[in-house]
Amino acid sequence: MMKIKQSEAERHVLNITVDNEAGILAKIAGLFTARGYNIDSLTVADISENHSVSRITIVTNGPPHVIDQIEAQLDRLVPVHRVVDLTQAGPHVERELALVKVSGVGEKRVEALRLADIFRARPVDTTTGSFIFEITGPPDKVDSFIALMRELGLVEVGRTGVVGMMRGPEAA
Amino acid sequence: MTQERSGAAILCETLVRQGVEFVFGYPGGAVLPIYDELFSDDRIRHILVRHEAGAAHAAEGYARSTGKPGVVLVTSGPGATNAITGIADAFLDSIPLVVITGQVATNLIGTDAFQEADTIGLTRHCTKHNYLVKDPAELAATIDEAFEIATTGRPGPVVIDIPKNVQVATAPWSDAPIQRHRRYNPRMVAPPEEIAEAVELIANAKAPIFYTGGGVINSGPRASELLRRFQALTGAPITSTLMGLGSFPSDHPAWLGMLGMHGTLEANMAMNQCDVMVNIGARFDDRVTGRLDAFSPDSTKIHIDIDRASINKVVPVDLGIVGDCATVLEQMIECWGNRKAQDLSEWNARLAGWRARDSLAYPAKSKDGMIMPQKAIERLHALTHKLDPVITTEVGQHQMWAAQYFGFVEPNRWLTSGGLGTMGYGLPAAIGAQLGNPGKLVIDVAGEASIQMNIQEMGTASQFRLPVKVFILNNEYMGMVRQWQELTYESRYSNSYSDSLPDFVALAEAYGWKGIRITSEDELDAGIQAMIDHDGPVMVDCMVAKEANCFPMIPSGAAHTEMLLYGDQVAGTLDDEAKALV
Repeated sequence: MMKIKQSEAERHVLNITVDNEAGILAKIAGLFTARGYNIDSLTVADISENHSVSRITIVTNGPPHVIDQIEAQLDRLVPVHRVVDLTQAGPHVERELALVKVSGVGEKRVEALRLADIFRARPVDTTTGSFIFEITGPPDKVDSFIALMRELGLVEVGRTGVVGMMRGPEAA
Repeated sequence: MTQERSGAAILCETLVRQGVEFVFGYPGGAVLPIYDELFSDDRIRHILVRHEAGAAHAAEGYARSTGKPGVVLVTSGPGATNAITGIADAFLDSIPLVVITGQVATNLIGTDAFQEADTIGLTRHCTKHNYLVKDPAELAATIDEAFEIATTGRPGPVVIDIPKNVQVATAPWSDAPIQRHRRYNPRMVAPPEEIAEAVELIANAKAPIFYTGGGVINSGPRASELLRRFQALTGAPITSTLMGLGSFPSDHPAWLGMLGMHGTLEANMAMNQCDVMVNIGARFDDRVTGRLDAFSPDSTKIHIDIDRASINKVVPVDLGIVGDCATVLEQMIECWGNRKAQDLSEWNARLAGWRARDSLAYPAKSKDGMIMPQKAIERLHALTHKLDPVITTEVGQHQMWAAQYFGFVEPNRWLTSGGLGTMGYGLPAAIGAQLGNPGKLVIDVAGEASIQMNIQEMGTASQFRLPVKVFILNNEYMGMVRQWQELTYESRYSNSYSDSLPDFVALAEAYGWKGIRITSEDELDAGIQAMIDHDGPVMVDCMVAKEANCFPMIPSGAAHTEMLLYGDQVAGTLDDEAKALV
């Protein structure tokens, strides 16, 4: 019998600078599906004064040779200016923002607020029976917070996906 | 002087400015404004095809044989979807096309309007780039950039989708050069240290091989010249992929023949046993490498390619060089200077040993007494090669036999669908090639099954008085499918028999062509000669052995060292891994 083989994957954060033109997001997301690459998260927003350039941050995973291919394939799209692999490039900051809605009363509600304080999550909406917390941080911190809230009445979660930047004074 | 012109007029002006001679197209509702503009413009010749797939392949044939971009014009919806196979074909074989598709008016986009299709979405992954132009003021710069993208770097197809109201609306147009931001800068020149490293490796190799591909052809005739010069300096033997045939002369003593699944034994053995492999403009396609873990296990590999994404995509290499083939070859020749070539006599002796196996040998007589198809190609070559013909093909056994037995000595004479393997490519490609090379002999080597996929283009050749020749190797089977069924599915010939064939001679005559039928070997030369001598289009129905196989062959899932030659015993089954592999 024949089995389909899978290979070892590693996680990489890619910053992609692109011309802000119609269809560019579909082109990039479509490249990933067409060539069988993975997307763990994807964020996009324009970053220039005249709205002509956007930065797309993609968290992907795959074996090293696939990561290399992903970068090369992205790089050859005409509207792509630059692809920076933050994971490869060295020390960098990764952040994402999440909104976490928790409902509960009594001790659970107090515990949620106490944990939020420890995680530096801010309540941005409250009723007598619920909170929405805003939390920013690296993805694993956000994961841990959400995991704790699950025990305390988690209702829903919205996450932005990761944005990242190299440490130090220079642009990547 | 600036004046207001319609989008359609701006399109035509921009095409003329690009030096476009021919537009291959088919009219329809969403391109009527452009067709009306073409009606009164005699600077561009419109070639009316019979199906939009034919337009795209004809443009490919024109582009491959001339090195100039092919231009296609089709309507929205079915016009665009019919052209997609040709666009995908050009994408996989890196052929420069600019495809203009009509689109429904901008206010109708997204409403499921009549003949609406999301052309940009549909062509996103089979084009090098594509555009939807929503403002006639952007047309000129967009078309200008489209030609640059299609023709520079790794060439490829570019689609420009133009809504009907954008064709009608006006924008200022002036004769001044088009101003636009330049954002596409492919790397042409390689860093000197990489060149030095490559030259050092080649100079010290005891068993080098040059493995060349379509990149050498795409880089222009100068690349083929430089390849010949560099080979002369190094003395290395050369093999080529299907796409690269013609970049090195097949009558040269260093020529090993094509490599890969139906390549020669000497080419594949040399690839397996070499110590330094120099890949120039090829891409380690699965039809070339055979089983990857057994592919040239002990060699140091250098890969020269204009597309960084080709390097390390399939086979990890020791030295990847991103750059244009001609430029990099020139850099290497300069860096080589007046070094002496290595003594390769030991390597050449081994090559001679493999050559002596004569892997292209085939039985003189077939079991059914019919013409051996290999023989037919050999005679076609013998009788036409002095005329320096352009050969196109369809896809299948006939294509491989043409690649194996028709010797090519110059680039841009061999037009075949390699990457996508598109049946129905050859006839429209021959039409495009004939337009680009008036006066030249253009022959589509076809199979009786493939030719039927775009047979309607016979009408195009008749209308434009193009003397193309179609040479059908008629074995009444989809031969390559039948061969695989014989070798891997115990001769269960599921749906591979060409039933209910037309009478090709009568069909030829119905279209105003000359029809010739060849049924036995003693008619072969006279039939071919009659085909050459007729000054109009000719269809030759050459009846060949029904169950001849295309050998040599690397069976599915096998290594280069495990080739089958004519007369080898074949098991008739494959394990699942091998079945799935190819």
